[in-house]
Amino acid sequence: MNTTVMKDRSQERQKRMLADYFKRLAVSRENGWKNVYTFVPGNLTELILSFDLLPVLPEINALQSGMRKKSGAFIQEAEKAGHSEDVCAYVKSDLGMLRGGNIGPTGEPLPSPDLLLLSYTGCFTFMKWFEILREETGAPTLMLHVPFQGEGRVTREMRDYVIRQLKTEVIPALEKLSGKAYDESRLAEMLARSRAMEDDLVHVLESAKRKPSPIDGYFAAVYYIGPIFSAFRGTEDAQHYYRELREEVDARIAQGIGPMTPDGPMPPEKFRLVVEGPPAWTHFNELWRMFHAEGAVIVASTYTKVGGVYDDGFRHDPSDPLGTLADYCLGCYTNRSMQDRVNMIARYVKDYDADGFMINSVKSCNSFSAGQLLILREVERLTGRPGGFFESDLVDPRYFSAANIKNRVESYLQMLDQRRTGGASA
Amino acid sequence: MEAPVITAPAPVAPIVERCEALLNDLTFETVRQWKENHPGKKAIGWLPVWAPRELILAAGMLPVGVMGASDRLEIVKGDAYYQSYICHLPRSVLELGLNGSLDVLDGVLFPSTCDVIRNLSGMWRILFPQKYVRYVDVPQNPAMSLGGRFFAEDLRAIAAELGEVSGTPVTHESLRAAFAVCNANRRAVHDLYALRVAKPWCVPSAELYLLVRAGALLPVEEHTALIREYMQLAEASAAKPMDMARVTVRGCFCEQPPLDLIRTIERSGCWIMDDDWLIAWRWFKEDLPLEGDPFENMARVFVTDSPACPTMHLAHGVKGAALKAEIKNTGSEGVLFMAPSFCDPALLDQPMIQAAIEKAGIPWSALLYAENTGQFQVIREQAGTFADALKLS
Repeated sequence: MNTTVMKDRSQERQKRMLADYFKRLAVSRENGWKNVYTFVPGNLTELILSFDLLPVLPEINALQSGMRKKSGAFIQEAEKAGHSEDVCAYVKSDLGMLRGGNIGPTGEPLPSPDLLLLSYTGCFTFMKWFEILREETGAPTLMLHVPFQGEGRVTREMRDYVIRQLKTEVIPALEKLSGKAYDESRLAEMLARSRAMEDDLVHVLESAKRKPSPIDGYFAAVYYIGPIFSAFRGTEDAQHYYRELREEVDARIAQGIGPMTPDGPMPPEKFRLVVEGPPAWTHFNELWRMFHAEGAVIVASTYTKVGGVYDDGFRHDPSDPLGTLADYCLGCYTNRSMQDRVNMIARYVKDYDADGFMINSVKSCNSFSAGQLLILREVERLTGRPGGFFESDLVDPRYFSAANIKNRVESYLQMLDQRRTGGASA
Repeated sequence: MEAPVITAPAPVAPIVERCEALLNDLTFETVRQWKENHPGKKAIGWLPVWAPRELILAAGMLPVGVMGASDRLEIVKGDAYYQSYICHLPRSVLELGLNGSLDVLDGVLFPSTCDVIRNLSGMWRILFPQKYVRYVDVPQNPAMSLGGRFFAEDLRAIAAELGEVSGTPVTHESLRAAFAVCNANRRAVHDLYALRVAKPWCVPSAELYLLVRAGALLPVEEHTALIREYMQLAEASAAKPMDMARVTVRGCFCEQPPLDLIRTIERSGCWIMDDDWLIAWRWFKEDLPLEGDPFENMARVFVTDSPACPTMHLAHGVKGAALKAEIKNTGSEGVLFMAPSFCDPALLDQPMIQAAIEKAGIPWSALLYAENTGQFQVIREQAGTFADALKLS
């Protein structure tokens, strides 16, 4: 196994962006910089940044804690304080971290929240998470209720409701916190940059339609979505990142190179899969290895749409800043109906010519997980391709059973192999 | 302290028996009979926690509460759709759908209780494509000009859809008439709870539960009349006062506790002075106004008069203050948190409420259940110990 991994220019840039970001957060109090805690789906990053406020994303902190093997202890700390074993591990990781002094994943202190912007998009737990943080820190919550697409569509009333909340509550609260007036032209500039980086991201993700795929559309793609789903959408740095990433992927296409993994170049592509559900962050590389070691590349995933669905044509529109933010919030993956989710996965299986699809069902996230067994059946019915299913968790290491998952993945891939060689009809 | 076994006072026994038969009507035969007796009429189901049953009524249809199947139905098909870490209610609801019991319903409203119920609405749409399915997104922004306005618009849309299902358009007049019927029903339920607080020995909790739960299947006026009849008989009963611990129960607003669990709590020495099960039947304290635009009225009352339910986003301090006020109003001595396993709203809220009442020096105990829990000995010991502690403190 080749353990020497060359980092691309984009990777180096993202690493620097994240380091700078956490450093800014660490010194924000002494510099008088205010922050806004918010969530990834339905985040209003450009709007927050347009007031020179710092976005803080507790989900990102929790998943970073998971990847750095810190979340297990945080979760136990929260459970000792009375939080149920049954509820979301992101919340408990965040609370454990807070109770331990709010030292972030990089080892630097995180500021306590100045405002909890409760972008209530596609996840019930978000609402309670920020109520808990409000109790713990005394920071105020600001509700942005984004109606769920229960009927599989966005109505004029839903859109108007979100815009009215932005105009009459969110913007005034950000003005008050920052001491600055709302500057729509500045917001529009950022949205124009977002639009450009969204083009580049879609180009990168759709490159996986090629054979062999130059990227992994799940494990590698969670790095690709990092800047655009978090504190950097609309920034110049992020725009450069996506342009560099696009150029690197184009270069790989030109050279016929497949995805790079933490263990080096991926073996020749043998299986093409679609994945539904978030990764198990505590065992991220181990889970990835179970796939790439078998020559299985993930060509598309739903998790990489959780902070914005761009491959169906949506782009932020700088000519309608608040309308486009409403459209963005309403369109996030977990804010979509069950039928939409089924259709999206089925479309990926067909468009990316996948051999099948696997569902990673995480205990923490009912928004994703409740109904996945029906999704499995429906996508199989619509595509005629087989689905596989395994269970883990976002950041609770107690729910990652490596042997069971490996067994499931390998059995599934063997089944695909047998189907290919005619075994299915035997 | 071990309390004596509580038995129904004889005069109310026939009513209680009827209500228990309704609880056990897992094939929805009651609804079938209603439809037979009302040719051409339709029935619309709704799930916990709250749904606008007034709209169903105004469209000339029977609102039917789909509250799960407790421990009286073996779950076979329902389990095939859910992982082990999902609560029990959606399993039994799916089982009822897949075994044909809910065929009698012409549609179902799924309120925005949590992500599981929300996703169940999408599953229902896929599994039962011939039926009307509607997700009811209640306003989490409580400003009337924001959440209230959105909700009023959505209620209008739902009313129009229900009118199409029934063939009877919802008008302002028919909706006001439905408000009047449901106002009377809520007042009856509030009065029943007030009687319970005043004379808990006259209204055993299991009977109170059965009485309210009967409203899931009965026409609203019939339900109101049944409650009133029960109250008359119960007030006149010769039941003797008993000195038991007085507790408030919280956490069972969605997946319902098995009836024997409620009996167990009371048999362990606790009067349940207040609870949040079947909370839809007393969601509003005030009447829905009968003047003006009914959709706006309903939305306004929803954003101003909804209970501090964990399914809602509440302003800072409201949930603790609301519970403390209820404890004071009902003379409760402590709180028993009774949450269903894997219930996100209840379990995420619980530590915050516990912290609030601890600050006020109010004792509490907590237990978990599922709607199909069948063993109560441990719960009886826990509740009994809590009751003893309250009496000794």
